[in-house]
Amino acid sequence: MSATQIAPSSQRERVLGGLFRAALFVSLAIGILTLCWLILSILIEGWPRLNQDVIFHFPSSNPELAGAQSAIMGTIWVVGLTALVTIPLGVGAAVYLEEYADRDRWWNRLIELNIQNLAAVPSIVYGILGLAFFVRGFLGLGQTVLAAALTLSLLVLPIVIISSREAIRAVPDSIRQGALALGATQWQTIWRQVLPAAIPGMATGSILALSRAIGEAAPLVLLGGLTFITFNPEGLDSAFTVLPIQIFNWISRPQEEFHVLAAAAILVLLVLLVAMNAAAIFLRNKYQRKW
Amino acid sequence: MSTTTASTSPSRPVRRLGEARPRYGERLIKALLLMCAAVSVATTAGIVIALAGPTIEFLGEVPLKDFLFGTDWRPLFSPADFGVLPLVTATIVVTACALAVCIPFGLGSAIYLSEYARPGVRKTLKPVLEVLAGIPTVVYGFFALTFLTPTLERIWLFGDPPSVFNALSAGLVMGVMILPTVASLSEDAMAAVPQTLRQGAYALGASKRIVATKIVVPAALSGIVASFVLAISRAVGETMIVLIAAGGTPNLSVNPAEAMQTMTAFIAAAGLGDQSTGSIGYQTIFAVGALLFIATFAMNVISIRLVRKYREVYE
Repeated sequence: MSATQIAPSSQRERVLGGLFRAALFVSLAIGILTLCWLILSILIEGWPRLNQDVIFHFPSSNPELAGAQSAIMGTIWVVGLTALVTIPLGVGAAVYLEEYADRDRWWNRLIELNIQNLAAVPSIVYGILGLAFFVRGFLGLGQTVLAAALTLSLLVLPIVIISSREAIRAVPDSIRQGALALGATQWQTIWRQVLPAAIPGMATGSILALSRAIGEAAPLVLLGGLTFITFNPEGLDSAFTVLPIQIFNWISRPQEEFHVLAAAAILVLLVLLVAMNAAAIFLRNKYQRKW
Repeated sequence: MSTTTASTSPSRPVRRLGEARPRYGERLIKALLLMCAAVSVATTAGIVIALAGPTIEFLGEVPLKDFLFGTDWRPLFSPADFGVLPLVTATIVVTACALAVCIPFGLGSAIYLSEYARPGVRKTLKPVLEVLAGIPTVVYGFFALTFLTPTLERIWLFGDPPSVFNALSAGLVMGVMILPTVASLSEDAMAAVPQTLRQGAYALGASKRIVATKIVVPAALSGIVASFVLAISRAVGETMIVLIAAGGTPNLSVNPAEAMQTMTAFIAAAGLGDQSTGSIGYQTIFAVGALLFIATFAMNVISIRLVRKYREVYE
């Protein structure tokens, strides 16, 4: 690189530098302004329709009476069950990879590479997996709450593992060495020292993973979550619908009233997501320790 | 817990000093945790197995050449056509629209956040930008269909305005959704560039713009390219936005103002139709899914490798 290239005439450079800075600022503004536009336009469209009917009424062919009760309860069932399956699995895998795995072994490297790759597999592919193994073939659960929860569990598992690993890694080694020096076994060290210290970080990551699961629609469309459901799930083998799928259903109808209803249901979904994210941020700020 | 009793008690086997008692419980726990980690490998294996079976059956009825290079996709007509090209071109068109948004503006945001923004500004703006990545995709689809498309129709300057369903607004909205991914990964790569490189350039009289464009971006290039590749993979695999806003008709066209069906949108639409197991309609879901999985898998591997490369250089 020549000297003239790196230090051009100052007058021209001042103009170019200003323009460049402005262009960068515009790039950032485009993302943030689109976010504002999106939220404001949905708020304006959905706010007048956002009343308790949306929460307490069941879906109906009459847009004036329809609500998302069964979808809200379905979301709670499916995501709650997803949490029960994916958090123990994800934390267990993270503990193994951080505390036990020997990185020189090929299978441990394979597991790591595999998790990184799974995190970027399109969600609809998980839907195909669920369709083939959980709904039809192998487990043959049918289009049920359990099949949906298992599929979503596998979908968010990489996110839970990656964030739990970060939380475990943040616990300093001196804590482990102290426990081991006092005669604790490796598992006692992990169970009584490492995991309690890592809980805030793992909780934050798990909540963020579950908020991904709440908004996910594509895999559940394939699992058959779109049937017209006018009852709440009663068990693991119930048919179900969830909020994003109910919203998709209303968007794909031609009547304008259903689009307004969809906007109102989107507001419910966004409030749910904001609440979960706020909880995650609160946990992180309140309990996370600087070592 | 005590290990000292071993040598004094005659009923126990004699053990040399410093040799640990075998701890079966500990080993069991380790095995259980390994199984948790193995679930992820089983997931990948499950995906491959789930896709392979029906895809092979499908290819038994439709020759691979007709599938990959055929120009008509009419799986439910009789006689049916199974040329996947219209779905592939639609996916490429939508992805191109998304990249046109997320690459320049994502990279611009990353340079601004990494090189220009004061720490306080970065701390507030970055989370706001990342909210974009947390909004459910149905919401983006709704936004594209009911707000962006009408706006595009109003401001359209040349030719026929976009149809109610079109690849353009789906792609643009998708680009905004992926923007934080590009910005965040590129910024990570730029943050890994050692401060000494910047200081060296400043010492030679370089301006801030020169340092950003000629020092930081080239030094972080493999990480930046990795974020682009990941963005392509995300765009190719995105489903709900295109299902809602891009339309449901296979259309071999490169005009983004037209309605077209992508690979993912086809899979979702076929899934809605509740096909019976083993029918050719059911198999098409898996055949197109296999194509999608192979494409995104290849890009993910490239992206992971590129990220490792810059980590190795500077860490």
